Amino acid sequence: MEPTPTNHLLAKSSGVAKRIIPCLDVKDGRTVKGVNFVDLRDAGDPVELAWQYSEQEADELVFLDITATHEKRKTTIDMVKNVARQVNIPFTIGGGIKEIADAEILLNSGADKISINSAAVRRPELIDELASAFGIQFVVLAVDTRFVDGDAYVFLNGGRLKTNIRTEEWIKEAESRGAGEILLTSMDHDGTKNGFDIPFLTRINNSLRIPVIASGGAGKAQHFVDVFQQSNVDAALAASVFHYGEINIPELKNLLRGSGIDVR
Amino acid sequence: MSNNKSIGIVNYGAGNIFSLTAALDRIALPYGMVNTIADFDSHSHIIIPGVGHAGAAMDKLRHSGLVPAIKALTKPVLGICVGMQLLSEHSEEGNVDLLGLIPINTLHFAGRIELKVPHIGWNRALISRQHPLFDGIAPDAYFYFVHSYFLEYNENFTIAKTEYGTTFSAAIQQDNFIGVQFHPEKSGKEGEKLLSNFSKL
Repeated sequence: MEPTPTNHLLAKSSGVAKRIIPCLDVKDGRTVKGVNFVDLRDAGDPVELAWQYSEQEADELVFLDITATHEKRKTTIDMVKNVARQVNIPFTIGGGIKEIADAEILLNSGADKISINSAAVRRPELIDELASAFGIQFVVLAVDTRFVDGDAYVFLNGGRLKTNIRTEEWIKEAESRGAGEILLTSMDHDGTKNGFDIPFLTRINNSLRIPVIASGGAGKAQHFVDVFQQSNVDAALAASVFHYGEINIPELKNLLRGSGIDVR
Repeated sequence: MSNNKSIGIVNYGAGNIFSLTAALDRIALPYGMVNTIADFDSHSHIIIPGVGHAGAAMDKLRHSGLVPAIKALTKPVLGICVGMQLLSEHSEEGNVDLLGLIPINTLHFAGRIELKVPHIGWNRALISRQHPLFDGIAPDAYFYFVHSYFLEYNENFTIAKTEYGTTFSAAIQQDNFIGVQFHPEKSGKEGEKLLSNFSKL
């Protein structure tokens, strides 16, 4: 796909700051990935972790809820309310949202945005429905992508199930249906700590008029500088490098600032 | 009116107010809901929240029956996001006439700027006129924005401006009516400071 020429006018310094987004995986109201924070009383408490990140000047948070059973959804909703009570930055919650009612209860509990993934692939109209019910700014489309024989395909179920859907086509369709933001996880890079998939993120970012959140591959602070400078994405997300304290957010922000990137 | 400070939140059904009440709780400001005209008397300050579609929000506000009472208010009023846009004359969103308390218009970013729309994220509110709303806040502090429509910049009413492909009003004021385009309830410590400053007006 050819980049849209006008998108080269998307100035590096539009005024809006590039966002740093820690991602927390939660199950039944508890964080599931290992967390290694020195000052944490309870590393499994997503609310305390979220508060720590807001104090460190993270710009936004994403919670991916992998709660298995429907009965436990109330635990998730209580967690969302507690995060909204304690934390003074925006947050997105994803996982288990299949219809308007699922999203509505999360938004009414203080979530700023909801993220959808497999449910939107299975029923794309979900994007239109959520956008018209709540506005496009509430709808984040999360996409897990992996290259197979040189082409990027959408994967489901946390990257385990390949589809025949081309990632670029799906993202363009989602934008036209009313996705307000794209959270793009490169499965080929996820967990490698070798950096973000800059060529692919650049191509996607240049083809869209909505913000892109880069995900997958962050291993060191310089990777964030690289992804913002080279692909001009709007935000970058990571989990373990923040949870294990391998990257300290205030230091990361200083590095970005020193590299001429607008950050809060 | 009570002598004690209390924030009345106009409860007209446009978007959730959980995040706003959570922020007021964090800074220990008492608040209550304004559902009827009589409720305005119970509060020293009024907040008009709002998310979503400005035209739809204005419809809901009209149906609430609170419009004449809002226009007659002399106590401090703070409109947030779409609540701010409601203070203006007219919005391109739904091509609808609004409260007309501040004589400027709400316009769409699309077609006017080359940047991505919605404007999502942290951007600087550049103070253009001293106002106690921003006491103790840096003159170029970051706040959290999520919007596709904006209020024009106007030197007579703009107290803070923001650059995003164009210059627009991050905060406006006319008499006792104030509006902020960003979400103070999601804007970290600066946002909480701003809400606290509002309660002292």
